[in-house]
Amino acid sequence: MKLTLKVWRQKNNADQGKFVSYPVEGISKDMSFLEMMDVLNEQLTEKGEDPVHFDHDCREGICGMCSMYINGKPHGPQQTTTCQLHMRSFNDGETITIEPWRAKAFPVVKDLVVDRSSFDRIIQAGGYVSVNTGGVPDANEIPIPKKIADEAFDAATCIGCGACVAACKNASAMLFTSAKISQLSMLPQGQVERKERAEKMIAQMDAEGFGACTNTGACAAECPKGISLTNIARMNREYFSAVVSSENV
Amino acid sequence: MILDSKIPAGPLAEKWTKHKFNSKLVNPANKRKYEVIVVGTGLAGASAAASLAELGYNVKAFCFQDSPRRAHSIAAQGGINAAKNYQNDGDSVFRLFYDTVKGGDYRAREANVYRLAEVSVNIIDQCVAQGVPFAREYGGLLANRSFGGAQVSRTFYARGQTGQQLLLGAYSALSRQVANGKVKLYPRTEMMDVVVIDGQAKGIVTRNLITGAIETHAAHAVLLCTGGYGNVFFLSTNAMGSNVTAAWRAHKRGAYFANPCYTQIHPTCIPVSGDHQSKLTLMSESLRNDGRVWVPASKEMAEKLRKGEIKANDIPENERDYYLERKYPSFGNLVPRDVASRNAKYVCDEGRGVNETGEAVFLDFRDAIKRDTEEVIRAKYGNLFDMYQQITGENPYKVPMMIYPAVHYTMGGLWVDYNLMTTVPGLYALGEANFSDHGANRLGASALMQGLADGYFVIPYTVGDYLAQIGPKPVDTNHPEFEKTAKEVKERIQKLLSIKGSKTVDYFHKKLGKIMWNECGMARTAEGLSKAKAEIKALRAEFWKDVKVLGDNEELNQSLEKAHRVADFLELGELMIDDALNRNESCGGHFREEYQTPEGEALRDDENFAYVAAWKYTGDNQEEELYKEPLEFENVKLTQRSYK
Repeated sequence: MKLTLKVWRQKNNADQGKFVSYPVEGISKDMSFLEMMDVLNEQLTEKGEDPVHFDHDCREGICGMCSMYINGKPHGPQQTTTCQLHMRSFNDGETITIEPWRAKAFPVVKDLVVDRSSFDRIIQAGGYVSVNTGGVPDANEIPIPKKIADEAFDAATCIGCGACVAACKNASAMLFTSAKISQLSMLPQGQVERKERAEKMIAQMDAEGFGACTNTGACAAECPKGISLTNIARMNREYFSAVVSSENV
Repeated sequence: MILDSKIPAGPLAEKWTKHKFNSKLVNPANKRKYEVIVVGTGLAGASAAASLAELGYNVKAFCFQDSPRRAHSIAAQGGINAAKNYQNDGDSVFRLFYDTVKGGDYRAREANVYRLAEVSVNIIDQCVAQGVPFAREYGGLLANRSFGGAQVSRTFYARGQTGQQLLLGAYSALSRQVANGKVKLYPRTEMMDVVVIDGQAKGIVTRNLITGAIETHAAHAVLLCTGGYGNVFFLSTNAMGSNVTAAWRAHKRGAYFANPCYTQIHPTCIPVSGDHQSKLTLMSESLRNDGRVWVPASKEMAEKLRKGEIKANDIPENERDYYLERKYPSFGNLVPRDVASRNAKYVCDEGRGVNETGEAVFLDFRDAIKRDTEEVIRAKYGNLFDMYQQITGENPYKVPMMIYPAVHYTMGGLWVDYNLMTTVPGLYALGEANFSDHGANRLGASALMQGLADGYFVIPYTVGDYLAQIGPKPVDTNHPEFEKTAKEVKERIQKLLSIKGSKTVDYFHKKLGKIMWNECGMARTAEGLSKAKAEIKALRAEFWKDVKVLGDNEELNQSLEKAHRVADFLELGELMIDDALNRNESCGGHFREEYQTPEGEALRDDENFAYVAAWKYTGDNQEEELYKEPLEFENVKLTQRSYK
């Protein structure tokens, strides 16, 4: 395959950034998208040009590090992570536009690399059960209905990549935040801090500069892990019931 | 120096309890006077950092990724072992201990393995309390499945994403301590060196990957939780960033490196599709619970398959060779990884491989789907099947998967004593970064167990013992050794940037990987290893003359990051070869063709090689010195491993 790549280049956070077009040749349909980017970078390096910087690590769709906005969609045309996207999803001769995640709360570091530490701070605000190591009950002491455990698991599979934010016209982080709140609100272990958790995580989400939710559902449509919109509904319910009976007045 | 493993005296089952009692304690008010550095935030690092912070120590946690949640533990699929015996099928701490020692081909320390089995039960309790959503039965209790090398069901799992769920549990505990102000996080920061003062580890030198700033950090103890070195092979199931740099720099500062040649080749990975390949993807071992491994019984049939003249499903039952079931009737498809991998190689070497390259075997779910329905199989392995289809473009519900072995895990690592301390006092190694628990072969679902055992339940006791002894005198980076070490790091960076050669870092990495895979992979010979040693030496010399690293230090520079890592792999590769050459026997993942039984199984030499090979760095381009820690087996009898 022969392709033209229109890639966002930005030297650092202070730089304005611009699109630069690169032709690439010899791309096979079996390559992953990132392997195609490796080919581009080898070519650039050989010519003495700075390679395109992008985040990636596990390349098996689970670490959540890769983050490219491809042809106007986070992670490109398939509902998967960029590392699991293969070139068989593109046509010979195509021009592919590649941008970083665009959101105020995800400042660009360089080229396609963004800073997603705001997600870490949302978790730090309450995305945990406050138990220390040791001194916990036997694992089978509290039975959990399979259905609940499975639903909690589905919410817990979020990989924190940020595609939901990139997909949203408001750059809202509701899907990410709600996935963690949902998981812990469904499980018996999460009950003690349930209200406080919802209040604190949502406050942090707002403080980071993420936008509000207008229920377009773009986040769930683009989520590579299929995190469902139900989580946002559940988070709203958690939040309302927390604030009306809040102890933090 | 004599290697003192510090294994406590007394009966096996009482060692750990006694050792904990005999360890010195730091009183709660004094804990806040100590600084501890944790490098790496995978299962071992995150659990250690969180647990130590909960106790009251001040922790600095470092990772090269943009968030601690991305460490490669996240990619572990199948599960985690624990001797809970919830299934009432005959499991016990002793059985898990026994299976692990046997699975490791009798090259692990009994005392460490027993402790691992003992604390395994606490890990599951801890994770459930954190809200880890393990798979459950309809009655609400935890579900189990079986894994290779065991005849009981003791593996706890969260669909095919167990590592993810466990890591997110540890990450949540870590995040809580960040919020409490007890852990300071340093993401996108790579450890470049250890600072050793008067023979003790007192801190580290790091590089901020965004600004390139070289910084120094002081502490009373340094914990390396930096994973394994499988990427020395270039192609492996490791993440792209997984590297040996932290462990290797520690090695060059005095920490011995143990059993580097013990590498695990995982039998069920998606086969290589071409030269562009950047990494290999594992298909969880749990698939061997339901999938049947086979190749055509005849070469002729395999050839037709490779040419595309027939399809897998056209091959009748009597023309299929379910070679694992045939050769190992009692363990069948669930033989340990080393045995399964080696047998896949044998059948492919015989010309019975099933894909275009001839390097693949089938993993077939046809019978399981017939027996249990597609729905049941989807519930168990759905995400794995999806991943397979995404990568290969084939539907594994309809046609058998194709798999081939790939580098997955390294049992070798920094030598540590029973306290997980390396040969440098104050410097510890946890998880895959150390060598201690898996011998020459790791059983499935044991890596997660070991990482969390080390971090949650071992290090909080053993590091306390050391800290109590050295006292809470404040530490800072004013000692000239910090500046000196930082200067050396900066010089190395300048050297890499100033070569301005003609070949990219990946060029060298790929070449190294090929040498390692061909000569130090699934089967090794003295001749091949000697040849590889010379090739690596030449490649390393070429690297330092002709590598091309663009850009500057003072920016995000991914070429420079890679160059550092590959430079270290080029040195490690040679040590792996030395170790493999030294070990004139076959055991677990280390298979020397000269040493095999008439049936082609690994042939150990317990008389001469029942020891841990710990290597001491003696200087640039010098041969390393070998130290031996004899392995004594008081509770298991050494036998020829048999899974028949």
